[in-house]
Amino acid sequence: MATYEITTRSIRGDLKTDTMILNMGPQHPSTHGVLRLELVVDGEIIVDVIPHIGYLHRCFEKHAEQMTNYQQVIPYTDRMDYVAAMGNELAYVLAVEKLMGLEVPERVQYIRVIMAELQRIASHLLAIGTYGLDLGAFTPFLWCFREREKILDMFEITCGARLLYNYIWIGGVSHDLPSEFGKKLKDFLKTFPKALKEINDLLTFNKIFIDRTANVGVLPADVAINYGCSGPMLRGSGVKFDLRKNEPYLVYDRFEFDIPVGEGKMGTVGDCWDRYYVRVREMEESLKIIEQAWEQIPAGDVHSAIPRKVRPPQGEVYFRTENPRGEIGFYIISDGHSSSPFRVKARAPSFVNLSVLPEISKGYMIADLVAILGSVDIVLGEVDR
Amino acid sequence: MLIASVIPLLFILVYAVVILWVEIKVASHVQDRLGYMYTGGFHGWAQPIADLLKLLTKEHITPVNSDKILFTLAPVIVFASSYAAYAALPFTSTFIAANLNVGVFYIIAITSFVVIGILMAGWSSNNKYSMLGAMRSVAQIVSYEVPTALSILTVIIVAGTLNLQEICQMQSGGLFNWFIFKYPPFMFITFLIYFTASLAEVNRTPFDIPEAESELVAGYHTEYTGMKFAMFYLAEYANMFLVSGISAILFFGGWNSPFGDFMSGPAWGVFWFVLKGLFFVFLQIMLRWTLPRLRVDQLMYVSWKVLTPISFVNIFIVGLWALLK
Repeated sequence: MATYEITTRSIRGDLKTDTMILNMGPQHPSTHGVLRLELVVDGEIIVDVIPHIGYLHRCFEKHAEQMTNYQQVIPYTDRMDYVAAMGNELAYVLAVEKLMGLEVPERVQYIRVIMAELQRIASHLLAIGTYGLDLGAFTPFLWCFREREKILDMFEITCGARLLYNYIWIGGVSHDLPSEFGKKLKDFLKTFPKALKEINDLLTFNKIFIDRTANVGVLPADVAINYGCSGPMLRGSGVKFDLRKNEPYLVYDRFEFDIPVGEGKMGTVGDCWDRYYVRVREMEESLKIIEQAWEQIPAGDVHSAIPRKVRPPQGEVYFRTENPRGEIGFYIISDGHSSSPFRVKARAPSFVNLSVLPEISKGYMIADLVAILGSVDIVLGEVDR
Repeated sequence: MLIASVIPLLFILVYAVVILWVEIKVASHVQDRLGYMYTGGFHGWAQPIADLLKLLTKEHITPVNSDKILFTLAPVIVFASSYAAYAALPFTSTFIAANLNVGVFYIIAITSFVVIGILMAGWSSNNKYSMLGAMRSVAQIVSYEVPTALSILTVIIVAGTLNLQEICQMQSGGLFNWFIFKYPPFMFITFLIYFTASLAEVNRTPFDIPEAESELVAGYHTEYTGMKFAMFYLAEYANMFLVSGISAILFFGGWNSPFGDFMSGPAWGVFWFVLKGLFFVFLQIMLRWTLPRLRVDQLMYVSWKVLTPISFVNIFIVGLWALLK
């Protein structure tokens, strides 16, 4: 269905209609946390959307300055995008390492790649599962969680934590991979494509699902770039940009993988279905990366490069990586003599991606707004920080 | 008379407890988990009873700015209208609470009262989400009554009577006397239309738009608590069996055994009727845990541009065929 004509105030005979303000959130089943949306609606058609954020603000940046050392910031980064904590740690640690000019062993780099990609799959599983839930399909959600559980189990046997890991340390990782990890990983690599096919059959190519998401919330490429969208939001609009390929970090340049982009297969390029499908295909690509990384991973000590004292030289650094939700960047200023950062600024992809919501949801219905918001895939911990 | 009216009520209550458990268990197994496992021992069979007791002991909260009379009356009307429809359901060849000559017509008419109850609930709650839910619900039920009534009318053409007991009797004598196999494949198409439209009539997925929890929190019953909420729930489950029972009566022989004289008789009649009804309830449950939900305008599209024209063509063909025969 195309967009609807917006009539803020229409008069038919003596029947006056007016717009209504509808408050959606912060406690609402489909705002994915504590987002509050102020909707101006004409019947069920959206005239305007005003997002109100800040309900989960935890002063991350101020906390980072107040820590006694650089390492203590890592657990705080976990709590930003709490469904993709590995990615946040990675970006922060890489930024500090770049500032220090630290070289890390190859094994550590491979472990980090494997962890980051597993985290990407876990995060995307959550994203597509909850997206199904937003559109009224309950079962895919639990099937996704079943698969995600396997990844969390792998994380648990590696570092003891299932959600907030504090695993990637400056100069290394907290624990080497345990001996059972390989078996679990191989098992996962074997079963996951089947599970993904099941989810595709049940949800992705479901006629009703396509009807609900295709041609809805179309985000043209130029708008996406102007708003600074990144990750599946940007790629869903057909822009082939992925930091893993465009600005390779770690050892990503050694692997072969594609960057899936939205093709408008079911509707227009940049609609909700495209964004959703980019995530599905990214999981396949991540699987490829993990397979290759597991074949190439060298032996070595994961603790050898961990510095006893982290005291970077005076200066500043910005480092960005490709998180499941988009480009996460850390800007760190070091004053040269203190063991804690002078300033840490985080560029959170969810926050930037959310800013485009009012632009793409005007003229659709309330039910569509839920579909659009789900396809933006925000994590409020990261939006508010 | 009193006994005749109490039996359907008892049936609804027992059935609701059973179907609550079945729904959760089916949902759980579809979703690769176990669901209730503790309460009562065997697969948590007592959990629905515990849930019911919990709902009974809950506080009745009436929002301050609500219209109190309508607010209290709405769940009663919703439940009463679906309960009243049970009066015309022939459970077996010897039991029907009210053997009306216009049974089908009566059921179509009385179930329309649900709309009034839902609109009352949505309006009196003084909540925008409830209001939107009620508006959607009314639009949906009114729209889907057209294809439902048209497909029922097709059966009436075949049967030539509005009496549900007589319709059942006409289909006795084995599987192939059921109306679903008459005028192939048109009666089957009629059944498909009826089944789809009835899903919308009872607000089940993929047409559960009025209570779409991801959009409207809970739709028209957002503000309801305790037993009043339970009444809506009970009415929903009662309606599910009602439309399934009508499916069974109109297309699948009602209380008739599929094997002709084998396993037939008044007692077996109850068995077959409830079994057939529960089968369609089961189908509705399976659909709910498989499909996403449609959008409001898509829902209207399905009703007015797909189901209604097809049922008109269908009714014409079946009518012509019946006339020429």
